[in-house]
Amino acid sequence: MTLHDRDLHGATVTIEEIPPVARFSLRVRDKDRAAAGAALGVDLPDRVGDRAASGDRTLVCLGPDEWLVTAPEQARDGIVRDMAAIRDGAPHSLTDISDREITFRVAGPAALTLMTIGCPRDLRRLEPGRAVRTVFDTAQIVLWRDGPDSFRLDVWRSFAPHVRSLLEIGRKEIAAGF
Amino acid sequence: MLLIHCPYCDETLPELEFAYAGEAHIDRPADPASLSDEEWRDYLFIRSNVKGTHAERWRHIHGCARFFNALRDTVSDEFITTYPAGQARPDLTIKEAAE
Repeated sequence: MTLHDRDLHGATVTIEEIPPVARFSLRVRDKDRAAAGAALGVDLPDRVGDRAASGDRTLVCLGPDEWLVTAPEQARDGIVRDMAAIRDGAPHSLTDISDREITFRVAGPAALTLMTIGCPRDLRRLEPGRAVRTVFDTAQIVLWRDGPDSFRLDVWRSFAPHVRSLLEIGRKEIAAGF
Repeated sequence: MLLIHCPYCDETLPELEFAYAGEAHIDRPADPASLSDEEWRDYLFIRSNVKGTHAERWRHIHGCARFFNALRDTVSDEFITTYPAGQARPDLTIKEAAE
Protein backbone atom coordinates (compact mmCIF):
# COMPACT_ATOMS: atom_id res chain seq x y z
CA MET A 1 0.00 0.00 0.00
CA THR A 2 1.09 3.57 -0.42
CA LEU A 3 0.87 6.41 2.01
CA HIS A 4 -1.12 8.55 -0.42
CA ASP A 5 -4.50 7.09 0.46
CA ARG A 6 -4.18 7.90 4.15
CA ASP A 7 -4.10 11.37 5.60
CA LEU A 8 -1.44 11.11 8.27
CA HIS A 9 -1.48 14.74 9.31
CA GLY A 10 -1.41 14.70 13.09
CA ALA A 11 -1.95 10.91 13.21
CA THR A 12 -0.33 9.26 16.19
CA VAL A 13 0.70 5.78 17.18
CA THR A 14 1.89 4.35 20.48
CA ILE A 15 4.29 1.44 20.95
CA GLU A 16 4.41 -0.36 24.26
CA GLU A 17 5.70 -3.63 25.62
CA ILE A 18 2.88 -5.49 27.33
CA PRO A 19 3.18 -7.80 30.35
CA PRO A 20 4.16 -11.43 29.78
CA VAL A 21 1.61 -14.22 29.42
CA ALA A 22 1.88 -18.01 29.39
CA ARG A 23 2.33 -19.24 25.80
CA PHE A 24 2.26 -22.78 24.49
CA SER A 25 2.81 -24.28 21.08
CA LEU A 26 0.34 -27.13 20.56
CA ARG A 27 0.64 -29.71 17.79
CA VAL A 28 -2.11 -32.29 17.53
CA ARG A 29 -3.58 -34.52 14.81
CA ASP A 30 -7.06 -33.99 13.41
CA LYS A 31 -8.62 -36.95 15.18
CA ASP A 32 -7.42 -35.78 18.61
CA ARG A 33 -8.40 -32.14 18.23
CA ALA A 34 -11.73 -32.48 20.02
CA ALA A 35 -10.06 -34.03 23.07
CA ALA A 36 -7.43 -31.28 23.18
CA GLY A 37 -10.14 -28.62 22.90
CA ALA A 38 -12.10 -30.20 25.75
CA ALA A 39 -9.01 -30.31 27.99
CA LEU A 40 -8.22 -26.64 27.29
CA GLY A 41 -11.83 -25.49 27.56
CA VAL A 42 -11.64 -23.85 24.11
CA ASP A 43 -12.48 -25.49 20.79
CA LEU A 44 -9.51 -25.44 18.41
CA PRO A 45 -10.21 -23.03 15.52
CA ASP A 46 -10.18 -24.55 12.01
CA ARG A 47 -8.85 -21.99 9.58
CA VAL A 48 -5.24 -20.73 9.63
CA GLY A 49 -5.32 -17.27 11.22
CA ASP A 50 -8.54 -17.75 13.19
CA ARG A 51 -8.76 -17.21 16.92
CA ALA A 52 -10.99 -18.73 19.58
CA ALA A 53 -11.23 -17.55 23.17
CA SER A 54 -12.97 -18.65 26.31
CA GLY A 55 -12.48 -16.77 29.56
CA ASP A 56 -8.86 -15.64 29.63
CA ARG A 57 -7.56 -18.37 27.29
CA THR A 58 -7.00 -17.65 23.62
CA LEU A 59 -6.11 -20.10 20.85
CA VAL A 60 -4.79 -19.13 17.43
CA CYS A 61 -4.54 -21.54 14.52
CA LEU A 62 -1.05 -20.96 13.06
CA GLY A 63 -0.94 -23.95 10.71
CA PRO A 64 -3.05 -26.95 9.69
CA ASP A 65 -1.94 -28.87 12.82
CA GLU A 66 -0.42 -26.12 14.95
CA TRP A 67 -2.00 -23.83 17.53
CA LEU A 68 -0.73 -21.10 19.81
CA VAL A 69 -2.29 -21.15 23.29
CA THR A 70 -2.10 -18.04 25.48
CA ALA A 71 -3.33 -17.69 29.06
CA PRO A 72 -2.46 -15.72 32.20
CA GLU A 73 0.77 -16.85 33.83
CA GLN A 74 -1.03 -18.39 36.82
CA ALA A 75 -2.92 -20.74 34.46
CA ARG A 76 0.31 -22.30 33.15
CA ASP A 77 0.56 -25.26 35.53
CA GLY A 78 -3.14 -26.06 35.12
CA ILE A 79 -2.82 -26.27 31.34
CA VAL A 80 0.22 -28.55 31.57
CA ARG A 81 -1.61 -30.80 34.04
CA ASP A 82 -4.87 -30.95 32.05
CA MET A 83 -3.07 -31.75 28.80
CA ALA A 84 -0.85 -34.38 30.44
CA ALA A 85 -4.02 -36.11 31.66
CA ILE A 86 -5.26 -36.74 28.08
CA ARG A 87 -1.87 -37.71 26.65
CA ASP A 88 -2.55 -41.46 26.49
CA GLY A 89 -5.84 -41.12 24.61
CA ALA A 90 -4.91 -38.09 22.51
CA PRO A 91 -1.19 -37.92 21.73
CA HIS A 92 0.03 -34.35 21.17
CA SER A 93 2.98 -32.04 21.68
CA LEU A 94 2.58 -29.13 24.12
CA THR A 95 5.65 -26.92 24.43
CA ASP A 96 5.98 -24.02 26.85
CA ILE A 97 7.28 -21.07 24.79
CA SER A 98 6.34 -18.30 27.24
CA ASP A 99 9.85 -16.88 27.51
CA ARG A 100 10.65 -17.13 23.82
CA GLU A 101 8.79 -14.00 22.78
CA ILE A 102 8.15 -10.43 23.85
CA THR A 103 4.89 -8.75 22.89
CA PHE A 104 4.57 -5.17 21.63
CA ARG A 105 1.29 -3.38 21.20
CA VAL A 106 1.09 -0.87 18.34
CA ALA A 107 -2.06 1.23 18.52
CA GLY A 108 -3.37 4.52 17.21
CA PRO A 109 -4.70 6.00 13.94
CA ALA A 110 -1.33 5.48 12.21
CA ALA A 111 -0.84 1.88 13.42
CA LEU A 112 -1.63 0.29 10.04
CA THR A 113 0.79 2.62 8.28
CA LEU A 114 3.51 1.93 10.82
CA MET A 115 3.14 -1.84 10.36
CA THR A 116 3.62 -1.54 6.60
CA ILE A 117 7.23 -0.36 7.05
CA GLY A 118 8.32 -3.92 7.87
CA CYS A 119 5.49 -6.33 7.07
CA PRO A 120 5.17 -7.40 3.41
CA ARG A 121 1.56 -8.58 3.72
CA ASP A 122 -1.39 -6.48 2.57
CA LEU A 123 -2.59 -5.80 6.11
CA ARG A 124 -5.84 -4.22 4.98
CA ARG A 125 -6.91 -7.78 4.17
CA LEU A 126 -6.13 -9.02 7.69
CA GLU A 127 -9.47 -8.64 9.42
CA PRO A 128 -9.62 -7.49 13.05
CA GLY A 129 -9.90 -10.51 15.32
CA ARG A 130 -7.41 -12.63 13.37
CA ALA A 131 -3.75 -13.43 14.02
CA VAL A 132 -1.13 -14.78 11.64
CA ARG A 133 2.52 -15.71 11.61
CA THR A 134 4.47 -13.50 9.22
CA VAL A 135 7.67 -11.47 9.06
CA PHE A 136 8.61 -7.96 10.13
CA ASP A 137 11.84 -6.83 8.46
CA THR A 138 13.11 -10.46 8.31
CA ALA A 139 12.22 -11.22 11.94
CA GLN A 140 9.48 -13.84 12.29
CA ILE A 141 6.51 -12.55 14.28
CA VAL A 142 2.99 -13.52 15.22
CA LEU A 143 0.87 -10.54 14.27
CA TRP A 144 -2.46 -10.08 16.05
CA ARG A 145 -4.96 -7.61 14.70
CA ASP A 146 -7.11 -6.63 17.68
CA GLY A 147 -8.95 -3.79 15.96
CA PRO A 148 -8.75 -1.59 12.85
CA ASP A 149 -6.02 0.49 14.51
CA SER A 150 -4.59 -1.93 17.04
CA PHE A 151 -1.96 -4.62 16.51
CA ARG A 152 0.10 -6.89 18.73
CA LEU A 153 3.45 -8.36 17.69
CA ASP A 154 4.93 -11.44 19.35
CA VAL A 155 8.64 -11.09 18.57
CA TRP A 156 11.37 -13.57 19.40
CA ARG A 157 13.36 -12.20 22.32
CA SER A 158 16.65 -11.76 20.44
CA PHE A 159 14.93 -9.86 17.60
CA ALA A 160 12.94 -7.60 19.94
CA PRO A 161 15.47 -4.73 20.23
CA HIS A 162 15.77 -4.55 16.43
CA VAL A 163 12.01 -4.58 15.86
CA ARG A 164 11.41 -2.09 18.68
CA SER A 165 13.97 0.39 17.35
CA LEU A 166 12.61 0.09 13.81
CA LEU A 167 9.10 0.78 15.09
CA GLU A 168 10.39 3.81 16.99
CA ILE A 169 12.05 5.20 13.85
CA GLY A 170 8.80 4.73 11.93
CA ARG A 171 6.80 6.37 14.71
CA LYS A 172 9.07 9.43 14.67
CA GLU A 173 8.86 9.72 10.89
CA ILE A 174 5.07 9.57 10.99
CA ALA A 175 4.99 12.15 13.80
CA ALA A 176 7.23 14.41 11.72
CA GLY A 177 4.77 14.15 8.83
CA PHE A 178 6.85 12.17 6.35
CA MET B 1 7.77 -9.24 -5.36
CA LEU B 2 6.26 -12.61 -6.29
CA LEU B 3 2.89 -13.42 -4.79
CA ILE B 4 2.46 -17.10 -3.95
CA HIS B 5 -0.77 -18.89 -3.13
CA CYS B 6 -0.41 -21.16 -0.08
CA PRO B 7 -2.81 -24.12 -0.46
CA TYR B 8 -2.96 -24.62 3.31
CA CYS B 9 -3.63 -20.98 4.31
CA ASP B 10 -5.71 -20.47 1.13
CA GLU B 11 -4.27 -16.98 0.78
CA THR B 12 -1.99 -15.32 -1.76
CA LEU B 13 0.97 -13.95 0.15
CA PRO B 14 4.31 -12.23 -0.48
CA GLU B 15 7.38 -14.24 -1.44
CA LEU B 16 9.23 -13.13 1.74
CA GLU B 17 7.15 -15.55 3.80
CA PHE B 18 8.25 -18.52 1.66
CA ALA B 19 11.38 -20.59 1.08
CA TYR B 20 12.25 -22.55 -2.05
CA ALA B 21 13.00 -26.22 -1.42
CA GLY B 22 14.14 -27.79 -4.68
CA GLU B 23 12.49 -29.94 -7.33
CA ALA B 24 9.27 -31.74 -6.42
CA HIS B 25 8.20 -35.38 -6.89
CA ILE B 26 11.61 -36.94 -6.21
CA ASP B 27 11.01 -40.09 -4.17
CA ARG B 28 13.67 -41.34 -1.82
CA PRO B 29 14.59 -44.91 -2.84
CA ALA B 30 13.00 -47.45 -0.51
CA ASP B 31 16.23 -49.43 -0.17
CA PRO B 32 19.28 -47.18 -0.72
CA ALA B 33 21.71 -50.04 0.01
CA SER B 34 20.63 -51.89 -3.13
CA LEU B 35 21.40 -48.95 -5.42
CA SER B 36 24.51 -48.58 -7.53
CA ASP B 37 26.71 -45.53 -6.98
CA GLU B 38 25.40 -44.01 -10.21
CA GLU B 39 21.75 -44.45 -9.18
CA TRP B 40 22.43 -42.94 -5.77
CA ARG B 41 24.26 -40.02 -7.38
CA ASP B 42 21.30 -39.42 -9.69
CA TYR B 43 18.90 -39.43 -6.74
CA LEU B 44 21.02 -36.98 -4.75
CA PHE B 45 22.26 -34.55 -7.35
CA ILE B 46 20.81 -34.93 -10.82
CA ARG B 47 17.85 -32.62 -11.45
CA SER B 48 15.80 -31.94 -14.56
CA ASN B 49 16.60 -28.18 -14.83
CA VAL B 50 13.71 -27.58 -17.22
CA LYS B 51 13.12 -24.48 -19.27
CA GLY B 52 9.39 -23.92 -18.93
CA THR B 53 6.95 -25.47 -16.48
CA HIS B 54 8.79 -26.79 -13.44
CA ALA B 55 7.31 -28.70 -10.48
CA GLU B 56 9.03 -27.56 -7.32
CA ARG B 57 8.67 -27.60 -3.56
CA TRP B 58 8.10 -24.48 -1.51
CA ARG B 59 7.72 -24.03 2.20
CA HIS B 60 5.54 -21.39 3.84
CA ILE B 61 8.19 -21.08 6.51
CA HIS B 62 7.09 -17.74 8.01
CA GLY B 63 3.42 -18.69 7.96
CA CYS B 64 1.82 -22.08 8.41
CA ALA B 65 5.29 -23.74 8.05
CA ARG B 66 3.99 -26.39 5.60
CA PHE B 67 5.73 -27.72 2.51
CA PHE B 68 3.66 -27.67 -0.69
CA ASN B 69 4.29 -28.03 -4.40
CA ALA B 70 4.06 -25.46 -7.15
CA LEU B 71 4.16 -25.39 -10.93
CA ARG B 72 6.21 -22.39 -12.01
CA ASP B 73 7.31 -21.26 -15.42
CA THR B 74 11.07 -20.86 -15.17
CA VAL B 75 11.15 -18.43 -18.09
CA SER B 76 8.43 -15.96 -17.04
CA ASP B 77 8.60 -16.74 -13.29
CA GLU B 78 4.82 -17.13 -13.30
CA PHE B 79 3.27 -19.43 -10.71
CA ILE B 80 0.80 -21.55 -12.68
CA THR B 81 -0.67 -23.36 -9.70
CA THR B 82 0.14 -24.60 -6.20
CA TYR B 83 -1.10 -27.81 -4.58
CA PRO B 84 -0.65 -29.66 -1.28
CA ALA B 85 2.31 -31.97 -0.78
CA GLY B 86 1.49 -35.59 -1.58
CA GLN B 87 -0.78 -34.81 -4.53
CA ALA B 88 0.19 -35.86 -8.05
CA ARG B 89 1.43 -33.21 -10.46
CA PRO B 90 -1.65 -31.53 -12.02
CA ASP B 91 -2.19 -32.33 -15.69
CA LEU B 92 -2.16 -28.94 -17.39
CA THR B 93 -3.25 -30.29 -20.76
CA ILE B 94 -6.76 -30.86 -19.39
CA LYS B 95 -6.96 -27.27 -18.22
CA GLU B 96 -5.66 -25.94 -21.52
CA ALA B 97 -8.13 -28.01 -23.53
CA ALA B 98 -11.01 -26.65 -21.47
CA GLU B 99 -10.04 -23.04 -22.07
